[in-house]
Amino acid sequence: MKEQKIKRVYVWEIPVRFYHWLNALVVATLAVTGYLIGNPFAIQSGAEAYLGYWFGTVRFIHFVAAFIFFFNFLFRVYWGFAGNKYADWKNFIPYTKKYIKECFDVLKLDILHIKGKPFISVGHNALAGLTYFLTFLAFLFQSITGFGMYSAMSDSFFPKLFAWIVPLMGGDFAVRQWHHLMMWFFIIFAIVHVYIVFYHDYVEGRGVLSSMAGGWKFIEKDKPD
Amino acid sequence: MEKSPTIYEQIKSSGYSRRDFLKFCAWMAAFMGIESSGVGNIVRAMETKHRLPVVWFHFQECTCCSESFIRSSHPIVADIILDKISLDYTETLQAAAGYQAEEALHNTMKKYKGEYLMLVEGSVPTDNDGVYCCIAGKTSLDIVKEAAEGAKAIVSWGSCASNGCIQAANPNPTGATPIHKIIKNKPIINVPGCPPIGEVMAGVIVHLLTFDRIPQLDGLGRPKAFYSRRIHDTCYRRPNYDAGLFVESFDDESAREGYCLYKMGCKGPVTYNACSVTKWNNGVSYPIKSGHPCIGCSEENFWDNGPFYQHLSSFPGFGIETTADDIGLAVGAATVAGMAAHAVRANIKKRKLINADIEESKNEGGE
Repeated sequence: MKEQKIKRVYVWEIPVRFYHWLNALVVATLAVTGYLIGNPFAIQSGAEAYLGYWFGTVRFIHFVAAFIFFFNFLFRVYWGFAGNKYADWKNFIPYTKKYIKECFDVLKLDILHIKGKPFISVGHNALAGLTYFLTFLAFLFQSITGFGMYSAMSDSFFPKLFAWIVPLMGGDFAVRQWHHLMMWFFIIFAIVHVYIVFYHDYVEGRGVLSSMAGGWKFIEKDKPD
Repeated sequence: MEKSPTIYEQIKSSGYSRRDFLKFCAWMAAFMGIESSGVGNIVRAMETKHRLPVVWFHFQECTCCSESFIRSSHPIVADIILDKISLDYTETLQAAAGYQAEEALHNTMKKYKGEYLMLVEGSVPTDNDGVYCCIAGKTSLDIVKEAAEGAKAIVSWGSCASNGCIQAANPNPTGATPIHKIIKNKPIINVPGCPPIGEVMAGVIVHLLTFDRIPQLDGLGRPKAFYSRRIHDTCYRRPNYDAGLFVESFDDESAREGYCLYKMGCKGPVTYNACSVTKWNNGVSYPIKSGHPCIGCSEENFWDNGPFYQHLSSFPGFGIETTADDIGLAVGAATVAGMAAHAVRANIKKRKLINADIEESKNEGGE
């Protein structure tokens, strides 16, 4: 009766999935346009300036994506209080001994491969949660520095809320420098994130990869969800 | 206070006509961004106000601020402010020397306590009790503290006094410190730039004269009238930036076309100053107009934010000309390599587990 061993658990609700894919889209957009803003193509056309606006368009896309990114992020923070237990904010903050112990267990099992006993968590495992917490801090940093720089070219009240970061960091130059460096955190995070998802799906076969599409994961019937 | 001629009377006695005077006032108002009805305020202030006692200190600096100021495009600026507004003490221009000079300084500080304006050019070395800059047997640190005590307001001329400039560049051997980090209890106006534009300096003084209060300042203590916009925002090459037309090297066709100098390391997008509006040398030009990228001389740490001729700066601790992108690429490559190694190892270590699962599933679905 082996087919009864596995059961389905609805882990990621629609708002979480929606947030995830919108976030993936805007972060990718922000990284590509951001990289271009720092390193624009060489166009040796001899054209007149009034004939083109591509760099302005790239920047415009970056700014629009930034607004979507920020409010999507705010929404996710809200959902950390309103969503189900897998989306709860407690998944992200290492405030108990148990949480920290699980981080090390996951590190030993999945990253270093030195502990053989499989350890199954239904939602985020502790180490993943902690990593996402770090990305949330990076989100916050990018939002503050980005809007801080943007405030100089905007009359809107919203970017002005972040203008304080510029004198704090000593000027636009430093803000731009750190904003640019932090872009690489996102790129490296994305590489590792995608790899780890494939790894879990491959090794455990619990539908991690598809869970972000349909919301379902699979666990043994005798495990609590 | 003694009865002395008003500023206007002094200007008149120097041989300027009423017309010259009014032109000067209108011109100053334009620079300060005051609406036309405010010209009258300037005229009235100049006509009624008496000498403004001023002490002008020179510490760790090159005097380029003074040079810029006396070359301000309108002659009245240097005339009234240097000759007539009663510059009671300034090392480079005063006729007095030694004891007489010190006496003049101390007389002003005593007589006009709480009224005199303190203008500072240069940073103050603070390491080893400030021995790196001594005048008349006293360190500049002591002089600043003493003079600030009775000053009505302080104007920090140039990047040295506003943010430390080159002397404060890494490793800052003398502990060069801007004025606002030493004096905390006085209104301080930072007028950064290496040097600041002469007209901007004049504008600040005339504002103080006219309105008797310090101009509106931004988060870094700079007058908003001159430092609220970036060079980039009003640069005449800005359309090339938006069109993505960039100079790739100083001798290419794009440089001849006058394209944007962004990729040549122009710091215009991160530099707050009035160069692209007010320009230099009587409004003739400014660096970008002359084909050279802005080096951001009015921004803090501009000297360490190099190299000047590349867009992304190098990162301290990673060797010269290593940018954030170089670091990011290296870490990214290391990550990919690490994951490849992990994937190989996972296949070896977990093979049994995966094979067992596959077997199990065959048995289940095999019937």
